[in-house]
Amino acid sequence: MTDSVLVQAFIYLAAAVIGVPIAKKLGLGSVLGYLLAGVAIGPWALGLVGTEGHHVMHFAEFGVVMMLFLVGLELRPSLLWELRRPILGLGGAQVALTIAVATGGALVLGVAWKPALAVGMILAMSSTAIVLSTLAEKGLLKSQGGQSSFSVLLFQDIAVIPILAIFPLLGVAAAADPAAAATDDAGRPAWLQALILIGSVTGVVAGGIFLVRPLFRLMAEIKVRESFTAAALLLVVGIALLMQQAGLSPALGTFLAGVVLAESEYRHELESDIEPFKGLLLGLFFISVGAQIDFGLIGDEPLTITGLVVGVMALKFAVLYGLARWFRLGRTARWLFALGLCQVGEFAFVLISFGVQSRVFGAELAGPLVATVAMSMILTPVVFVALERWILPWATDDAADRPADEIAHADAPVVIAGYGRFGQIIGRKLIANGIRPTVLDLDPEMIDVLGRLGMKTYYGDASRPALLHAAGCAHAKLFILAVDEVNASLEIAETVQKHFPKLTIYARARDRIHYFRLRRLGVQHVWRETFGSSYEVGIEALRGLGYRAHTAHRLARRWRDHDERALEELAQMWGRTEGDVYFAAARRALEESERLMREEDPRTYGDRDGAWNNESLRADLASRAAGTSEARTAPDTPTT
Amino acid sequence: MAVRRILILFAHPVLERSRVNVRLADAVRGLDGVTLHDLYETYPAMHLDVKREQALLLAHDVIVFQHPFYWYSAPAIMKEWQDLVLEHGWAYGAGGHHLDGKITFNVISTGGPEHAYRHDGYNRYTMRELLTPWDQTAHLCRMRFLAPFVVHAALRVTKDDPLAGPCEAYRRLLEALRDDRLDLDRAAAAERLDPIVDELITTRASA
Ligand SMILES: Cc1cc2nc3c(=O)[nH]c(=O)nc-3n(C[C@H](O)[C@H](O)[C@H](O)COP(=O)(O)O)c2cc1C
Repeated sequence: MTDSVLVQAFIYLAAAVIGVPIAKKLGLGSVLGYLLAGVAIGPWALGLVGTEGHHVMHFAEFGVVMMLFLVGLELRPSLLWELRRPILGLGGAQVALTIAVATGGALVLGVAWKPALAVGMILAMSSTAIVLSTLAEKGLLKSQGGQSSFSVLLFQDIAVIPILAIFPLLGVAAAADPAAAATDDAGRPAWLQALILIGSVTGVVAGGIFLVRPLFRLMAEIKVRESFTAAALLLVVGIALLMQQAGLSPALGTFLAGVVLAESEYRHELESDIEPFKGLLLGLFFISVGAQIDFGLIGDEPLTITGLVVGVMALKFAVLYGLARWFRLGRTARWLFALGLCQVGEFAFVLISFGVQSRVFGAELAGPLVATVAMSMILTPVVFVALERWILPWATDDAADRPADEIAHADAPVVIAGYGRFGQIIGRKLIANGIRPTVLDLDPEMIDVLGRLGMKTYYGDASRPALLHAAGCAHAKLFILAVDEVNASLEIAETVQKHFPKLTIYARARDRIHYFRLRRLGVQHVWRETFGSSYEVGIEALRGLGYRAHTAHRLARRWRDHDERALEELAQMWGRTEGDVYFAAARRALEESERLMREEDPRTYGDRDGAWNNESLRADLASRAAGTSEARTAPDTPTT
Repeated sequence: MAVRRILILFAHPVLERSRVNVRLADAVRGLDGVTLHDLYETYPAMHLDVKREQALLLAHDVIVFQHPFYWYSAPAIMKEWQDLVLEHGWAYGAGGHHLDGKITFNVISTGGPEHAYRHDGYNRYTMRELLTPWDQTAHLCRMRFLAPFVVHAALRVTKDDPLAGPCEAYRRLLEALRDDRLDLDRAAAAERLDPIVDELITTRASA
């Protein structure tokens, strides 16, 4: 029934499409949705997928590889360097301590020392896939706890490489044949392996710097979108393959490539191309983890498995929490870090099957291990929910840094959508006056920078009502629409008006047509984006030509008033009248403002400022007999 | 020898159409010890830099307000200047001693002729009377208020009139003030300075 690829695809996709929204509606996060969907279609529930789930999982593991590539893309080398301390210190300590404790635990349970050590190494891993995507979904990646978690996960990914090298040494085969100890499963001697390792890493870095750019430039030039996507995928798949051949972790290789490309101009393009694939594959991966869980085993020995799951998670939690204290993480960060990473990760599956392969342990150990790992993974989203609902509200940080964060969130009276050159000036001006706006932007780098400056920032598409809600649009007074893309701007304007009819929009218009369209949507306050600065330069130009400053200023102001009135008239006409009529009106407006400027020639200046015009006074004087008959020299009724 | 530094606060909204003030200003611009501060040119949008204005005041001993007579007072920016720069606690009131002892007076052009500014003229008050608010402002700031220097009937000045007399008198007045050769007591008591500039100038420094 499930043999055709299409049928399989249908089942997995349907599981995702049904499972994820339900989980999200229940506030459980998408990862748990995927996992439960997997359980539902797995052999122990609906039985829609069976043993081939294994293959799907192998395939889907590639999602993790892609995720690390994307993570790398967001991590500029400089940032990575900044994180070197938590990665090596915190990460190293976590891996070493957890291995020690878990190995000890296994020894106590009567496992021989070699398999016990292997079990220790397996349990030291946490789930990059679940934790990173959950943190990203909750917007916690940039927080202290998020950064620490990320550092540790990164170190674990790196640690997989030596662990894979050590496993054969622990195997039965190794004991029997010491010569094999120095070789890996590809049969290469250690020195060659080392050479290959160094060569591949250098290759990835050099390729990223010298080869990828010309390739992408070419792809960009031929302007066929798919070919760019294909090239992006090719890059990731190629690196993964290369790494596998070299006996390295593909995830680590693509992560490295990501870091190398983080500074390239194609970064955003790559991100948006890989993102959907990553999302789908990761979803698939979680579903297959759910489908893999051997409920038979759990049913046979419920107490053992429960004990193992709880024991392992508690052990990992204790180690993590202790380390978090030692490394002086804040209270909130400590809990996020320790509870977030206390599951066992997807690398464990790889290591377990590798352990069986290398005959480090047999099925009698592998079975409960897989079940334990899978259960701990499935519990992670639940743990996160508990963390968010009950623990974090209670484990708040000590007074100092907390309130600002809260206030900025709840009371921001202004929401700025689009924080590029335009939005930033507005934002800075507001901040200078003590008003902290909430900022929405689509540029992760910008968000990164803003986050570090301590500014409340939401990454995301401001045309989504949910995001607008999250940004506090329901309470805000002003919505400053400063995105530069015309269609996006119109879409956002429409959404805001529909969902928050009371919110006043101040909009940036790229050009006249954009202005007209915003006005037509009913947006009251619209500014042409370059008008202000051009206007200023216009004033300075007059001054440069020798006009008095105040005069230049007044002339400009008057011209501006006229121009804005004319624009508004055209906006009313635009699209409603025949093209001819519109253009006739536009021409008239232009002529009118030219006439205005001619009139304001300094030689005739004052025609409009009647009060400052002495000519009529002089004429008045001349018409009377000089001297006593004058009534008064001040103008009778100065006209304005 | 320059004893006093003189600051001219100058206000004319349309100097390009001026006949009197532009010439008076030209006559004293660049004089040693004299700073001509053109307010409308410096603050075209009337947004004053108070700190800078106060620093300028501190750096001078004589503050001259030069402007055309507009509605028996000065053009708008000068009022804005007074409102913002003469801060409480700085210019007057508790701690407001920064202007103590400085000398101040107005240099004014009027449309009306001299005889209009008499009790029996159509402007009913003398220049000095009309300047009462300036007098009192100076008094509150503990400054020494002198009689105004006036150019009447400014509207009768023709395009090509170099206005040599008033220009020359204005320059000599400022030079004498600068060099401390002006009889300040008489200048403070006088009705107007312009008719008596030469009488006020002494040969040696006053006490
Ligand atoms: C708005 C305005 C108000 C004026 N009010 C008076 C006034 O109250 N008394 C008066 O004598 N002249 C008055 N005038 C005439 C000005 O004083 C006269 O135009 C000025 O002194 C000419 O100097 P100028 O050539 O430097 O511009 C007024 C002129 C304007 C434009």
